[in-house]
Amino acid sequence: MPTYYDTEVASRLMLGTAQYPSPAILAEAFRRSGAGIATVSVRRESGGERAGQAFWDLIRDLGVHVLPNTAGCHSVREAVTTAQMARELFGTDWIKLEVIGHADTLQPDPFGLVEAARILTDEGFKVFPYCTEDLVICEKLVEAGCQVLMPWGAPIGTGLGLNNIYGLRTLRAHFPDLPLVIDAGLGVPSQAAHAMELGYDAVLLNTAVAKAGDPAAMAEGFARALEAGRMGFEADPMMPRDMAAPSTPVLGQAFS
Amino acid sequence: MKITLNGTPQETGADTLAALLDEMGYTHARVATAVNEEFVPAPSRDAHSLADGDRIEIVTPRQGG
Repeated sequence: MPTYYDTEVASRLMLGTAQYPSPAILAEAFRRSGAGIATVSVRRESGGERAGQAFWDLIRDLGVHVLPNTAGCHSVREAVTTAQMARELFGTDWIKLEVIGHADTLQPDPFGLVEAARILTDEGFKVFPYCTEDLVICEKLVEAGCQVLMPWGAPIGTGLGLNNIYGLRTLRAHFPDLPLVIDAGLGVPSQAAHAMELGYDAVLLNTAVAKAGDPAAMAEGFARALEAGRMGFEADPMMPRDMAAPSTPVLGQAFS
Repeated sequence: MKITLNGTPQETGADTLAALLDEMGYTHARVATAVNEEFVPAPSRDAHSLADGDRIEIVTPRQGG
């Protein structure tokens, strides 16, 4: 099972906590999938509604690791300050670092991401960077101190799956021992199985589960796909070939 | 003095960040704070004086992906 910064997590699924029809369905999705990590955010307290406390109570009851994010931050300063506030709020030095560079694609700003990763690592954070599959940027992130990488499969919320198989394979080959997590863009379980077959360690989902007609069933479907895909990866798959090769013995065939 | 709290301009009589949190009813709430984009840790709120025009953020745990 994947180990992030010396913490082994007994699941290959990280699950977001946003956009569910209800808190009860959120909790059911976690229960049925066995997800080991919940991603959360910090947002402005509004009015006296105390929604933050109620949400925190719900998350604590899940009994999973908490991974706060810096979602929506477009500058290094915003991301660093948000991470600092998250560390105090959630009592963890884990941070899913997002520095967004483009409003349409929610693509990471690679320059800001590397700079923020360096600052936060120096401050003792354990950074989980939301990045692209760009090998050079990933090398810079590792140099900055990141011990896990979280490349997108496709832009956040699109459900398009793994858009650059070659790039993801290259990343896996180049970092054989680093935990690699597909963060964002998955829509259906087969895509998660594919990520596992590429040798990835985990996936992070939110919209695919929360916006499914039956979120808890979808969460369990993803969990089973992860298990199946990982088992296939570990079983050392056959090499594909272009020409047919008969599987039934040719020797002894009648009329030959 | 005039401050901006979570993006909304408003008046406050509080002279420290801790006093502002009391004024807002957040004395024991699970919140984190920043002033002018700089994080202010909870133990520093008592000593953190507010100035006219300060931009203050008070945040709580929320859903995220």
